[in-house]
Amino acid sequence: MLSQFLAQAQGQINPPDVSYAAITPILIVLGAACLGVLIEAFVAKESRWALQVGLCVVSILAAGVALILFMNSDAAKGGVAGHTGVLTLANVISIDQPALFLWGTLLALGLLALLLLADKTVDPDGALQTEAFPLFLFALGGMMVFSAANNLLTMFIALEVLSLPLYLMCGLARKRRLISQEAAVKYFLLGAFASAFFLYGLALLYGYAGSVRLSDIANAAVGTNRSDTLLFGGLGLLVVGLLFKAAVGPFHTWTPDVYQGAPTPVTAFMAACTKVAAFGGILRVLTVAFQSTQWEWRGVLWAVCIVSMAIGAIFGLTQTDVKRMIAYSSVAHAGFLLVGAIALNTNGLQSTLFYLVAYGFTTIASFGVISLVRRGNGEASDLSEWAGLAKRSPLLAAVFTFLLLALAGIPLTSGFVGKFVVFSAALQDGMAPLVVIALVFSAVAAFFYLRVVVLMYFSEPAEDGPTVTVPGAFTTVAIGLGVFITLLLGVVPGFVLDWAKGGFLG
Amino acid sequence: MTPTYYLLLSALLFSIGAIGVLVRRNAIVVFMCVELMLNAVNLTLVTFARINGQLDGQVMAFFVMVVAAAEVVVGLAIIMSIFRTRRSASVDDSNLLKY
Repeated sequence: MLSQFLAQAQGQINPPDVSYAAITPILIVLGAACLGVLIEAFVAKESRWALQVGLCVVSILAAGVALILFMNSDAAKGGVAGHTGVLTLANVISIDQPALFLWGTLLALGLLALLLLADKTVDPDGALQTEAFPLFLFALGGMMVFSAANNLLTMFIALEVLSLPLYLMCGLARKRRLISQEAAVKYFLLGAFASAFFLYGLALLYGYAGSVRLSDIANAAVGTNRSDTLLFGGLGLLVVGLLFKAAVGPFHTWTPDVYQGAPTPVTAFMAACTKVAAFGGILRVLTVAFQSTQWEWRGVLWAVCIVSMAIGAIFGLTQTDVKRMIAYSSVAHAGFLLVGAIALNTNGLQSTLFYLVAYGFTTIASFGVISLVRRGNGEASDLSEWAGLAKRSPLLAAVFTFLLLALAGIPLTSGFVGKFVVFSAALQDGMAPLVVIALVFSAVAAFFYLRVVVLMYFSEPAEDGPTVTVPGAFTTVAIGLGVFITLLLGVVPGFVLDWAKGGFLG
Repeated sequence: MTPTYYLLLSALLFSIGAIGVLVRRNAIVVFMCVELMLNAVNLTLVTFARINGQLDGQVMAFFVMVVAAAEVVVGLAIIMSIFRTRRSASVDDSNLLKY
């Protein structure tokens, strides 16, 4: 009787297909994170640091190798006709061209951020606890799932897997403990608030479509007489949650506080990788699930773009702390990215993905440089301390100038190419007024980057100015790679643009 | 009993939670209001599962509960650590980072 029942039950429930080759990168990163927790529990304190750093580096490199192997395999090309990629795990994970591109980007940026985290020479007695490394890997794994999630529930779980470790990492600073903990509390409370909005949006869309799979929502939105209140209420709440994570526009209030309060390597990781993952999610949700209703909601996101660029550019002008200034610059960049994301054509997708890579590398390198300018035993992040820095340390000033010019979007840097491709995709989609506004705000934003350049080169250094630490090998490599890729993508952007070409699988 | 009433109730609970987050000062109470919002979502999910005649919504409610529990662990740890250094859990006292 029981065996009969079991046989019947087995007939009803089909275990989902798992394409292990495709999800190996995620499995490696999350597996290494679990291993890291065990190391934390069982290994003697003296040997933990080297072991954790080694484990992180090896797992990121191994995940990269697995990703490249999968991309070159037949399985990657054997999906729906004309598309790269596969849907796996009962269609909740979609490993398509944009997902593969975002995974590659996340792993590369994660490696650079890890090098900054792992460098003990910059601040010997202020290094983070070793618990930071497993948290870092969990966050990275969450980001990878997030950018490939094809189902809102998976997206929500991934959002929490990436956010919860980041909240903790923000509060881990050994020095300046008060502001680090304050940043963690603010980030946590606002983040939990935003994810509740995301979740209510999910529930309303489930009520609307009877499913949380993105393509089912798209199908339900075409030619039915279901309630528009549920659809647009759900979309609005969902997008608020996503825009919060991406630090866009009026949902940016946590950004400057958290960027300033968190330990600088953590800020570098958060600024670059979270933005990549969050925009990956925004692009996928808007393109796959809501393309057919775009005329109803695009106007609202136009306004969000403009508000975000305005807030970033105008408040950036008034900042006196260099980390806060970069935070407002990230709000302005989020506005530019959203311009590409709402273009909703293949060029918009391709150009936004390119912009994310360009922005990520430049930002990590800038935070690397910021961590080197120190006073006493802390960072000298106040702008007045940076006056005349070019006389004291010409190389550092030159590198930082180059990175600021890239953020401003001057030709021969990746920032220029990024803005160029994003704005031309938006023009192609008939958003000329928005592009004009974006150009005006990028000119305003360029002013506050140039202000720092002028401060470094044309002011007299103070008598008791800050010291510039000689970076260890890890930080040097991270800054060097960041600068190199910023230059490379500014001169020969073609290969990354080609790689970013390709649509989502539904 | 129409299921619509449950949807209205959950919308009300969600709004109470959201207003609580905005007006309360104590970090623990703010956090409780967030939990109220998550539970309002659970009620919505279960109601829609009933309306659609599916089990998906009920399964999702379990996922939300697990995530809420994980969030409690992280949140209380962060609030505890700031309480130890500041001797206060009021969000108004955390004012070193501004402008």
